[in-house]
Amino acid sequence: MFYSATLILVQSASSITCFLRLFTCTSLVSLGLNSHPPPPCLYPSPSLTRLSWSTLRTTMLHLTTGRVGCLLSKQAVVALTSSGARMSSHGHHEVSDSVDMSQPMYWDRLDTPLPDRPWKDVLDSTDKSLKQKEKGPWTALSKEEKIALYRLKFNHTYPEMKRPSHEWKTVIGGMFIFFGITGLVVFWQGHYVYPPQPHTFGEEWQAKQIQRMLDMRINPIEGFSAQWDYKNKQWK
Amino acid sequence: MFRAAVRLSVSGARSLTRPQLGLTAPLAQRCYAHGGKLESDEEFDARWVTYFNKADIDAWELRKGMNTLIGYDLVPEPKILEAALRACRRLNDLASAIRILEAVKDKSGPHKKIYPYLIQELRPTLDELGISTPEELGMD
Repeated sequence: MFYSATLILVQSASSITCFLRLFTCTSLVSLGLNSHPPPPCLYPSPSLTRLSWSTLRTTMLHLTTGRVGCLLSKQAVVALTSSGARMSSHGHHEVSDSVDMSQPMYWDRLDTPLPDRPWKDVLDSTDKSLKQKEKGPWTALSKEEKIALYRLKFNHTYPEMKRPSHEWKTVIGGMFIFFGITGLVVFWQGHYVYPPQPHTFGEEWQAKQIQRMLDMRINPIEGFSAQWDYKNKQWK
Repeated sequence: MFRAAVRLSVSGARSLTRPQLGLTAPLAQRCYAHGGKLESDEEFDARWVTYFNKADIDAWELRKGMNTLIGYDLVPEPKILEAALRACRRLNDLASAIRILEAVKDKSGPHKKIYPYLIQELRPTLDELGISTPEELGMD
């Protein structure tokens, strides 16, 4: 019974992470955030940390390249992050919900410091005047202006890209929940499904069985009967 | 010769006291993918400096160069970075210059002494061009 229990637990644990991510991602998608089917994830592994969506800035979706294990969740996340999730203006992006993958994309990646396009494409007049000032000597720029220029071109700084997420707590918690549910299932099974124990497991029967084994001198040299002290009628 | 010492894939617990490290790592490290001669560190550096020093470099070339350089298993020499920063200046792109500094800091990984050394070496260029480091801008 314990063997089957551990087996079930191991099996459930081994599929937890992928399933949980899929579960959370699709549940978020189903909250009406994306009415269109997600576009295929053509790019191998963009860092999808560019969630500028304050309400659903769930740490569960900080999927960096090394951690994406489930293709389906990847697709769901691409859909989520692309579908109107940006608050800054992106002129050459669509009014519809899906990303135009034929255009250069922006992404924050540690190993790609300069992405294919700047973060903010549509510059208002203050941005444009700042860009004009950038053509002059940079010593004339104040700190705030330099920071503003950086933020025009990039979304997250490197430390922001590398910030830790709280996703592991969700995953571990979900794992334990599934363990618990599985444990309940196993317990119910043991109570309602298993047939009664054979009569040979009873105390009396076992005692008689042991006595018979001793009388037969089972494994008298190194094994069972060798542990029994026949003179003093007790275990050695 | 920084690069040879800072093979990031074999970083281990090597401590960098000064840039002039006792370099026990092998010198030439460009592999001969098509059976040619190994490129030395100087040749590698020179090649990249020439790349960034192109007078009419365009934005794509800058991006491509930087992304490729960051993809290598090394921290670029200050002279390569200087050429890259000057290329940013020619392209009127301060943000990319700051980004480059962030990227090399990240590239050094656990070797904390590399980045201050790079900044120290680049300080004249940074002052001349007016590039602030991410630390000066409070972005760390």
